[in-house]
Amino acid sequence: MSTPQTLQLSLGPVLFYWTRERYADFYREAADWPVEIVYLGESVCSRRRDMKLDDWLGIGRELAESGKQVVLSSQTLIESEADLRDLRKLCDNGEFSVEANDQSALQRLSAARVPFVAGAALNLYNPTTLTVLARVGMQRWNAPVEMSRDDLARLLADCRAEGLDHPCEVFAYGHLPLAWSSRCFTARRYQKPKDRCQFVCQKHPEGLALRSQESREVFTLNGIQTLSGACQDLRHEVPSMQEMGVGVARLSPRAEGMAEVVAAFDAARRGDLPAPDPLALIDAEICDGYWHGRPGMDNTRSASQS
Amino acid sequence: MELVCPAGNLPALKRAVDEGADAVYFGFQNTTNARQFAGLNFTDKRAREGIDYAHARGKRVFCAINTYPQPDGWAMWTRAVDQAADLGVDALILADMGLLDYAARRHPGLARHLSVQGSATSHEALRFYHDQFGIKRAVLPRVLSITQVRDLAKHTPVELEVFAFGSLCIMAEGRCYLSSYLTGESPNTRGVCSPAAHVRWEETPQGLESRLNGVLIDRYGEGENAGYPTLCKGRFEVGGETYHAIEEPTSLNTLELLPELHELGISAVKIEGRQRSPAYVSKVAGIWRQALDRLEVAPGRFHAEPAWMRGLGEVSEGATTTLGAYERRWK
Repeated sequence: MSTPQTLQLSLGPVLFYWTRERYADFYREAADWPVEIVYLGESVCSRRRDMKLDDWLGIGRELAESGKQVVLSSQTLIESEADLRDLRKLCDNGEFSVEANDQSALQRLSAARVPFVAGAALNLYNPTTLTVLARVGMQRWNAPVEMSRDDLARLLADCRAEGLDHPCEVFAYGHLPLAWSSRCFTARRYQKPKDRCQFVCQKHPEGLALRSQESREVFTLNGIQTLSGACQDLRHEVPSMQEMGVGVARLSPRAEGMAEVVAAFDAARRGDLPAPDPLALIDAEICDGYWHGRPGMDNTRSASQS
Repeated sequence: MELVCPAGNLPALKRAVDEGADAVYFGFQNTTNARQFAGLNFTDKRAREGIDYAHARGKRVFCAINTYPQPDGWAMWTRAVDQAADLGVDALILADMGLLDYAARRHPGLARHLSVQGSATSHEALRFYHDQFGIKRAVLPRVLSITQVRDLAKHTPVELEVFAFGSLCIMAEGRCYLSSYLTGESPNTRGVCSPAAHVRWEETPQGLESRLNGVLIDRYGEGENAGYPTLCKGRFEVGGETYHAIEEPTSLNTLELLPELHELGISAVKIEGRQRSPAYVSKVAGIWRQALDRLEVAPGRFHAEPAWMRGLGEVSEGATTTLGAYERRWK
C-alpha cells in the first residue's frame, strides 16, 4: 500500500432545526476548527424557513474567508413544485458547489454542467454507478451509510482500477441519517398536522429520542427524517480509512460538544489516537456496526471489551 | 389503466393472470430483487413457464431486479438482467443507476421501468432517469400526496405507475436504511426489510413480545392482535408516551382515488405483495379488475363498492386500510 494520504475533515450540514442565533454561533466557532470542508443548508425539511438561501450564502462567504471549502447541501426528499423552485435557486447560486442529495438535483446540476458532490442517499454502491455520475459532473462522492469497510475498500480498489479517482467521503461521526418520509414524526408526537407543525423541531436541537418499551434508544426522530438512536463514532477507524484511500471523514454537527469531536478527529488523523477509551466523546450511546459489516447499531468496541 | 400484480411464485402468477391482471411482476431467487423470501420467487425454468402462460393469454410480464448491486456482486446483478432479457420479459424493473446504464447499453430494445426503489419523487428526477437511461415508465414512491402526483403527472417525460394496494412503506423507498441499522440487512443490499431470521416471539408476564435482532418492537396485551414486527410499525416511547410513533400496522388502499388517477393519465396501478399467498393475489386482483372495468365504462359515475372495500380490508395488515400520503392530513 502507498503511504497513508492526508484525510480531510468535513462538517456535514446541520440536520436538526436550530434557531438563527444557534446557526450563527455554531459557524462562527467552526471557522476556527481544523476542518477543510463545511456543508451548509437545510437538507431535511422545506418547512424550516428561518434561514433563507441568502443567509446560508452569507455564512458561506465568511467560512470561505477562513479558508473553508463551502458546499451547499440540497434537500433529500423533494416533493412539491415549491421544493423544486428552491432547489433550482440553490443549484444556480453561482458561488458555491452543491451536494446533490436526490436525482432532481442531479438533473439540475448535470443539465447546467455544474460540478457537484454526490450525497450518501444517492445509493452509490458500485463502480458503474459512479462512472455514470462522473460522466455528469461528480467531483466527490459519499458512501452509503450502510456500507462496510470491506465493501468500501473493494469498491475503492475497483474504482481505481477503472481510473475513477474521485475522493470518497465517509460518515464518520454523528447520528446516522437512515430514512426520510413525507410524514413528520416530530409533529406526530405533538399531535399536530405537518402543515401546521408550529416548528416543534426547534424544541429539539439534537432530535427526539425514540425508545423501545425497554428504554433502549432505537432511533432519533428529526422531523421527516429518522436518524440512528446511537451516535456513530469511527474515530478509531481513521487509520484504516487513510490506509484504504478514503478522502474525507464527515462529522455531523450536534448542538453541544462539537469542538471536542472535531479536535479528537483532527488528532486521530495525525496519528494521535488515545488508547481505546470506553468513554464516548459526548454523552450518547455509540455505534460502529456498519463499518464492521454488522447491524449499524452494534458497538464493536464495547463488545471487544466485555 | 394497466393492472400490475405481484407473482411470488408460479401459482400466484397464474391466479393473477386468471383474475384479470394486465401484467405481472416477478423476481429471481436471490438478492437481486426487493422481496427476497425463503421459498419465494422464480428459477429460470419456472419463469419461462410463467412467461409462456401470461403471453399465451395476452398479458405482460415484468422482472424486478430492484436492489442495489453490491461491491462484491456486480456480476450476479448483470446476470439477472441478461437472464430476464433471454427469457423474453416485457420490461425490467430497475433501481440502481449503474444497472440501468448496463441494461440500456446491453439490451437497448428491452423496456426499462424505474423501480419505486429508485426514489424518484419529482418530474426533474424522472427526467434525469429518462435522459440518462431512457426509462419508459416509473413507479412512484408512496410518499406523495395526490396534489403532488398531479403536478408530477403534468410534467413527466415517462409513463407513471402508482401503488394501488398492499403493504405501506412510509419512508421514501430506496432511501430507508432502518432495517440494516437493526439487522445488518436492508431492502437496498439484501432485498429484505425486518427479515424473519431476526424475529423472535416470546410470551412474557408483560405480554406477547416481538423482537427484531433483540430490539423490542412491540408488546401485546391480552386480546390484542399481534402483527409481524416490521420495525416502523411497532410501539415505541417518545417523550414519555408509548404509541405507534412511526406508523400503525395498516395497508394502503387507493381504490377510492381511481377516477382521479385515471384523469391524471396514470398508466398503471400496482398491487404490492409478492410475499403473499396465491389466494391473496387472486382475491385482490379480482376486486381491482372489477373496479377498473367499472371505471372504464363510466369514469364519472365510479364509486368504490362497499363489497370491494370489505374484501380488501379482510386481507389488509391490521385489517385496516389508509390512503396514506395521497391524503394530505395523513402526514
